[in-house]
Amino acid sequence: MTAATAGRRRLAGAGAVVRRRLLVAVPVLAATSMGMFALGAASPIDPAQQYAGAAVFTTSEENLAQIRANWGVDDPLPVQYARWIGNLLRGDLGWSTSRHEPVTSVLAARAGWTLLLVGTALALVLVASVLLGTLAAYRRGGWFDRALRAAAYAVQSMPVFWIGLAAIAVFALALGWLPAGGLTDITATGTDPADVARHLVLPVTVLAISQAPWFVLFVRDAVAESLRDDHVLAARARGLPGRTVLFGHALRTALLPFLTLVGAHLPELVGGAVLVETVFSLPGLGAVTVAAALGADFPLLAATTLATAVVVLAANLATDLAYAAADPRVRLDD
Amino acid sequence: MTDLARPPATTPARTHPPTRVRAGRLGAGVAVGVLAAAVAACLLAPLLWPLDQSAVDLARTRLAPSPDHLAGTDDLGRDVALRSLYGLRVSLLVGAVAAGVATVVGGLVGAVAGTLGGRLDRALMRVVDTVAALPHLLLGIFVVAMLRPGLGAVIASIGLTHWLSTARIVRSELLSLRTRPFVDAAISGGASRTRVLTRHLLPHVLPRLALATTLMVPHAVWHETALSFLGLGLPPHLASIGNMINDGQRSLLTGAWWASIVPGLLLVAVTLALAVLTGRWRDRLDPRVRAELHL
Repeated sequence: MTAATAGRRRLAGAGAVVRRRLLVAVPVLAATSMGMFALGAASPIDPAQQYAGAAVFTTSEENLAQIRANWGVDDPLPVQYARWIGNLLRGDLGWSTSRHEPVTSVLAARAGWTLLLVGTALALVLVASVLLGTLAAYRRGGWFDRALRAAAYAVQSMPVFWIGLAAIAVFALALGWLPAGGLTDITATGTDPADVARHLVLPVTVLAISQAPWFVLFVRDAVAESLRDDHVLAARARGLPGRTVLFGHALRTALLPFLTLVGAHLPELVGGAVLVETVFSLPGLGAVTVAAALGADFPLLAATTLATAVVVLAANLATDLAYAAADPRVRLDD
Repeated sequence: MTDLARPPATTPARTHPPTRVRAGRLGAGVAVGVLAAAVAACLLAPLLWPLDQSAVDLARTRLAPSPDHLAGTDDLGRDVALRSLYGLRVSLLVGAVAAGVATVVGGLVGAVAGTLGGRLDRALMRVVDTVAALPHLLLGIFVVAMLRPGLGAVIASIGLTHWLSTARIVRSELLSLRTRPFVDAAISGGASRTRVLTRHLLPHVLPRLALATTLMVPHAVWHETALSFLGLGLPPHLASIGNMINDGQRSLLTGAWWASIVPGLLLVAVTLALAVLTGRWRDRLDPRVRAELHL
């Protein structure tokens, strides 16, 4: 059996798995959206008054009633829900009451920066945790291992925004090495990549550090475990150099479950990004979400939450498929 | 690195256990000390400190740490050290209550799934998996935004996002208990389903449930702190660690770093001590479930 046929056979179940996952994901997303809608309907905020803003004091009761009628907010809840979902499916995410523009244009303008922040931080944390975790596992019980684990536990209990503020105090204010916030210099007219990169150094590093503990501890434990595996002992018995055994044999087997961890930790990473964006006043989705929450902007909040859920579910599915593709022992028939 | 005469993977671990044990005990000792000091300070501060934590003094704003004000003053002239202690009290109290709410929700879902089994079990676990895939913080922000920020909203937000691990633990514990002979014995002895659940199964789940709740407290505190930091948590006049860090942000750019760094440091010390102690409790209860309990 060639490698190609083996691979094809392993992935034969992939289509079925994707289909089955979608069958589950759709009702679950529907239930989530229903729950969110119910919560929104139970909210004590009158959308018409909210739309009018400060003008509510001078707007006549008839005009408010007209706004309500135009929006259909007095219709029965199932009707409103069906209308909302129908609009969502057609790509109309509604009107953001806190930013006074369509939700789609808010997302289009902002999502890119959040993806850039999350993506760069994820790449950084993966590389760093694999290196540090492997080193710690190689000499486990040694001073590096103990120091790394102590640091990981300590960082785990630090709120990410507090790390961010401390980083600003030290690197931006005391040392003056890096900018304290924003995406570009206030004098800049466009988005110069070098300028943006300089402004992203602190946020990306802070987000990566705050997420690193789980990944480092996981790699450390997994590599330590697989250093005891038979195939690693066999490789060592054959006289292969220590570095080859460590990176070629022990790390390779240990890395597979790592994929699942990455999938499971994406939601954490997104939550961290919201906080980091707030601390460093970056123009991503985080700041918009917070502003929307303060203004009880249901359309925008629901759209960002649901969109994130879809992205995370899709990423989880992708990690599972990648896992099956990478590990011959895993078969995709659930 | 290529020295294979001394296999590096196992040797250091075997020669070092005494140090590691001592280090573990030392860590636990320090953790107990930190917690005891924090609790004592929280309880005694109002009696021993002749200052009002919310007293505004605009003539003494942003003072650097000094013997008069151990951690300086914030931008309204309030003493940061004293206010941090009050804030810690609020944060821990809210965290404990919210962790209790999350445990009740998770415990009920887990008990229903674990005892009734079948389709309902599968459906409930799918719900758990999906909620786990939603970012906690975004969901929490949504809940708070819709209910309007406040104490109740914060507790609801934590309760609705943190019940998943408890539900999983209770369910798997019940599933494994159900196959034990003493359950069969109780059923064949004519015990009703309620009696089996409350008198035979629940006592076995309780220690695990208590542990899960305690492990949850730091997470609940972090969630509350994050919400308060964003201005979506507790009302601003209430000193909570998150509110203080948020307030302190205003003074940070003028160089008064202590207003947000000190409360955070206190929170880190206390939650870390809590995590160390509950971690040791967990290891003692069952060393094998370590991975499962990682929240």
